[in-house]
Amino acid sequence: MNQASEKVIVRLTNVDKNFDSERVVKKLNLDIEEGEFLTLLGPSGCGKTTTLRMIAGFEYPTEGQIFLEGEDVDDKKPNERNVNTVFQNYALFPHMNVFDNIAFGLVEKKVKKEEIQRRVEEMIKLVQLDGMEKRMPSQMSGGQKQRVAIARALVNRPKVLLLDEPLGALDLKLRKQMQGELKHLQRQLGITFIYVTHDQEEALTMSDRIAIMNHGYLEQVGTPEEVYNHPKTKFVADFIGESNIIEGYIENMTDNSIEVTMESGKAVIAEKGYRLEEIIYLCVRPENLKLSTDPVKGFRFRGQVREHVFIGSINKTMIELPNGQMLKAETPAEDELIPVGTVVNVYWNPGKVVVMRTKEEQIYNVIEQSVEIEGMTNDQIF
Amino acid sequence: MKKRRKVREFKPYSMFYACLVYLFLYLPIFVVIAFSFNTSKINITFEGFTFEWYWKMFENRQLMQSFGNTVIVAAVSTVFSVIIGTLCALGLYKFEFKLKNLISSSLYIPIVIPELVFAIALLIFFTSIHVSMSMVTLIIAHVTFSMPFVVITVRARLAGFDKSIEEAARDLGANEFRTFMRVTLPMISPGVISGGMLALTMSLDDVVVSFFTAGPESTTLPLKILGMVRKGVSPDVNALSTLMIFGTIVILLTSTLIQGRLEKRM
Repeated sequence: MNQASEKVIVRLTNVDKNFDSERVVKKLNLDIEEGEFLTLLGPSGCGKTTTLRMIAGFEYPTEGQIFLEGEDVDDKKPNERNVNTVFQNYALFPHMNVFDNIAFGLVEKKVKKEEIQRRVEEMIKLVQLDGMEKRMPSQMSGGQKQRVAIARALVNRPKVLLLDEPLGALDLKLRKQMQGELKHLQRQLGITFIYVTHDQEEALTMSDRIAIMNHGYLEQVGTPEEVYNHPKTKFVADFIGESNIIEGYIENMTDNSIEVTMESGKAVIAEKGYRLEEIIYLCVRPENLKLSTDPVKGFRFRGQVREHVFIGSINKTMIELPNGQMLKAETPAEDELIPVGTVVNVYWNPGKVVVMRTKEEQIYNVIEQSVEIEGMTNDQIF
Repeated sequence: MKKRRKVREFKPYSMFYACLVYLFLYLPIFVVIAFSFNTSKINITFEGFTFEWYWKMFENRQLMQSFGNTVIVAAVSTVFSVIIGTLCALGLYKFEFKLKNLISSSLYIPIVIPELVFAIALLIFFTSIHVSMSMVTLIIAHVTFSMPFVVITVRARLAGFDKSIEEAARDLGANEFRTFMRVTLPMISPGVISGGMLALTMSLDDVVVSFFTAGPESTTLPLKILGMVRKGVSPDVNALSTLMIFGTIVILLTSTLIQGRLEKRM
């Protein structure tokens, strides 16, 4: 990737948003680059929609700044910002037909009539609504309304398009189709998309980068591969895809492997950089969790097979550990199943585990680092 | 209108009942219309057909003047009621403030309070601030009792209003004023029109409030009719009443048509 061509188009620095006494967005720092498809992902109430609304100008940050194309937009109203929004419920103007809905922004900008005509027609073609110019919103299906909403925003050629769960109201099949079309549109036009969703699958399939939010905090930003394969927090591991999260304690360390003791047994992982006796979380994806009736070297981790669920191409197996925790394992459908009730050895490829520090350990590390720095400065002074 | 109900479903007794209801409602009106074309001066027997009373009515200068007053008062008070009422409804919809419930429900007091009490209150108020009764006091009085109706109808329209539609307009580059003109007003217009129609009809046939707040030069038609009736109902009053009935029907039909067209577009 060429570093010079990447330009930050939206920058949020230390953004806080309070509604009454409730902090909805907390210390948010995020850079969004020109031309990328960034998804704000998180459960409902995590602050993702509020973040989007602050970029659009419908809400103002309580603290911190938002920059659009390098300019602080604190005093800019929504109509003065070069961004456009696609609303969750479309928000089409019910008293205007498709053409007038799409032309709205251009009329406000006092674009010449012939050019409006040309650009709106172009948009109508782009979103495949040919022949529907005279239709009223009430005469259209959800999918068609969504296309009008997208065309109405894109016709203004915004630098950034904000999409607030635009596919939430559509049925599954239509949603899949529109996901593809949106991604295609974004590539074709090269416009920055900031997309809000709570659907992790949607985020994984469409985004260049995903910003995962929880309780107003930004948990992690990264490519879909990064957030799936290397979740940085327990929340991310749990929210993106399925995960088995097991708490453990570092018993022993060699150069590049760690022996972990868990409530229900012992295991090894290929990691380094941790402290002896540190408490960590192990995150194992169901497809990486292996079961065997024979003992496995390095592991003493047993559980009982509780249930098999067949879902198309794979089998899901539920294993209960002695402490009651349930683990999920996925095996290809053609593999032979271990009978329910059997006690099995649970193991994994030591390299396929993601280790996460607990909150307490994170705090401990911060304190330790600051002590080190203080020591250094003391040395330099004396 | 085009209900495809089978006639069979109408039981004879329900038909009979419906006829009675309509007879009860409209018979007095038909009597007035019929007698307005009566050659006899007495409203007891129908003797012959004539337009005489209509001509007479138009020649009655006092009657025509009060008719003119009524039209002016109704038009001006409706315009003010619609403007103030719509703004009031929008304010109550958009902003959150302390004692909002109290303020919004106190708007409806002029509707529930006995009209006579309200009228006397207005009279006392005007005299206590040393304003003599005139066309102006009459218009102010009419605005006070018809404005709440506009607030009610506009608020009803706003109840189902999606705020994100206004946000969409802002997002697409329209400022507050343009958003109001291009989006908000067209969307609430059915409510504004029906509120205006209510205000207009309230003002047109008001007697009680007008009786106390009208000046000597600003007698309205209902007041004039009341005065004429004291001496007995003359056929020219019948003629006038008939014209007023038709006027009301025309206003009602136009407003229904306009509203139907506006609603259909949404």
